[in-house]
Amino acid sequence: MKIERRNFLRILGVTGVSLALNKPLNAKPETAEDVEFYGILYDATRCVGCQSCEYACAESNGLPEPTGMPEVGIVRKTDETRRTIVNAYDTSKGEVYLKRQCMHCNQPACDAACLTQAMHKTEEGPVIWRGDKCMGCRYCMVSCPFDVPKFEYHSANPKIIKCDMCHDRLLEGQKPACVENCPAEALIFGKRRDLIAEARKRIVENPDMYVDHIYGEHEAGGTSFLYLSPVPFEELGLNTKVQKSSYPALSKGFLYSVPTIFVLWPTLLLGIHEATKNNHPINPEENE
Amino acid sequence: MNNTSEITVEKTTAGKTTWQFILEELKPKGKIFTPFNIISVPIILLGIVLIVIRFIYGIGSITNLTQEVPWGLWIGFDVVTGVAFAGGAYVITFMVYILNMHKYHSIVKVTVLNGFLAYVFYAGALLLDLGRPWNVINPIIGNSFGTSSVLFLVAWHFLLYMMAQLIEFSPTIAEWLGKKRAHKILSGMTLAAVIFGITLSTLHQSGLGALYLMAKDKIHPLWYSEFIPVMFFVSSIFAGLSMVIFEGSISHKVFFHQISEKNKKAHNSIIRGLSKICAGAMFAYFFLQILVFVHGKHWTLLNTGMGYWYLTEMIGFVALPMVLFYYSYRRNNILLIKIASIITILGIIINRLNVTVIGFRWDAASHYFPSWMEIAVTLCVLFIEIWVFRWVIRRMPVLSDPPSWVTKNK
Repeated sequence: MKIERRNFLRILGVTGVSLALNKPLNAKPETAEDVEFYGILYDATRCVGCQSCEYACAESNGLPEPTGMPEVGIVRKTDETRRTIVNAYDTSKGEVYLKRQCMHCNQPACDAACLTQAMHKTEEGPVIWRGDKCMGCRYCMVSCPFDVPKFEYHSANPKIIKCDMCHDRLLEGQKPACVENCPAEALIFGKRRDLIAEARKRIVENPDMYVDHIYGEHEAGGTSFLYLSPVPFEELGLNTKVQKSSYPALSKGFLYSVPTIFVLWPTLLLGIHEATKNNHPINPEENE
Repeated sequence: MNNTSEITVEKTTAGKTTWQFILEELKPKGKIFTPFNIISVPIILLGIVLIVIRFIYGIGSITNLTQEVPWGLWIGFDVVTGVAFAGGAYVITFMVYILNMHKYHSIVKVTVLNGFLAYVFYAGALLLDLGRPWNVINPIIGNSFGTSSVLFLVAWHFLLYMMAQLIEFSPTIAEWLGKKRAHKILSGMTLAAVIFGITLSTLHQSGLGALYLMAKDKIHPLWYSEFIPVMFFVSSIFAGLSMVIFEGSISHKVFFHQISEKNKKAHNSIIRGLSKICAGAMFAYFFLQILVFVHGKHWTLLNTGMGYWYLTEMIGFVALPMVLFYYSYRRNNILLIKIASIITILGIIINRLNVTVIGFRWDAASHYFPSWMEIAVTLCVLFIEIWVFRWVIRRMPVLSDPPSWVTKNK
């Protein structure tokens, strides 16, 4: 086949554009094993529902003072004015409290969803939101399996509100505000690996006190926030249907097909065009 | 709408500069008090007021969006459904420029124009839904590329595809302005733009479905599968073509005087051909749906409210129009083809809303339902688009024959 200069340039151009565009489309590898994330372990058997964490969080992040109290039958939710909440549940082992906030997934759906990298999994472990990048599309909210990011619907300059594990405090060498102010030592802060070891130890030493499950060890591919509980987690309103592998893996297959299509399609289309262009219609009237 | 039989293309040669000509063309042509104008103008004005309110008091002031349902009508209908309907442009350009099916050449220009305007306005509607639209350039200029995001891909594709469509349409603008040299250059770029455009369309039509892949626990299992991207792509073929049939039939009536004699004759034959393609694409889609359903093992879900709704969609709005398309193609029944296209269009609206709005958080205590203001803004965007479409059709040689110098030079 003879390739004319013009056609050659055209093919070159199409290929060049495809390659240039492919580059940013690859899903980025994020291996939980390589990085030692920090995390928080919450032990529901120790929590007394005093709301100290709620107050400390509000004060530390400039949010209004918390309203309402943990009460059985009432499920309070985090929203644009509160990043963490403690609820009370009537369970098979009596009243149990449960703190809710961002899970800080190892491979967060919100981070993978964000097209401006405003949602960002830091090397330290917290997932943070960066206002100078965010365009307010709320795709992070659609993707998050725990419904964590909240949006200020009634603001002309809306922010995404979620727990950031007090990232600024961590950088200064301090613990998150909720951990520091927990009087019952229900919250401990440390390396995720150490926290899992500690949680296992507690389960082994007191097998009657805990269910043999660390929520967050494998949920959503592993999270930096870990839970211990005296009762099965579905009794505490946690999403137990959450898959064990990471959520970004769900769209990886699609993203990997993109470069393939970008290279194959133009070639294929040009080929079909060349193959059919001499098809003269039988009826010349139909042609233009 | 009023018709103007007068074609103004040759006017430029009468010694005016291009800018004078464009300014003159901006003036309205045709009657002002038509039923369409009387309905559309108040809604457009209302929509603009609502948009101003939205930018002062926030998105929550005019929408019913919640923390659990962050994407509503503006994304589910305006963007996801609208883009599916705009799919006609890539399918028709594929048939004409890649498969060299010359029969369909006369509808290329109007379909590409429709597609281009759809993208411009739906991307515009997307800006209304962004909480922090001033940061919209971030994924474009490269200071923060979220490359693992499907939305990043979709955003880039919208932008690039709009450019590709503008290039595909640009020879018509050159004909309107009487720019012969530009016309020659721009026409030479068509094939490259078409190839690029089809590739982009394949990826972002499916990409719109892939957006929802991570919302696995939130979408009703009858509508969620890892094949959403494939479903969205295949259905965009007949969604786009049904829109071409539907919209073409309206244009055929409204702009009858502007359509060249040759195209009037070809109209029915084109509709018949498209009907056959729709039937084929819908068969493939229906078959895929059955496969996915069987593999999903959701038999028990069929005997629920959502199950009946799923069956309604699959039988009433996919299988039925599929059979109608094929039957009316065989019987050469143009009216029935048009009816089938309307059922298909409704079916696509239902399908896209089922994934994005109705089936999204179907199990939540309180359901999202769009506010009247969201609907008004949607209609406002739609009407402005029709206004621009009408403006272009009345001035540029889209449905009519190109000026004589174009055909002479060939």
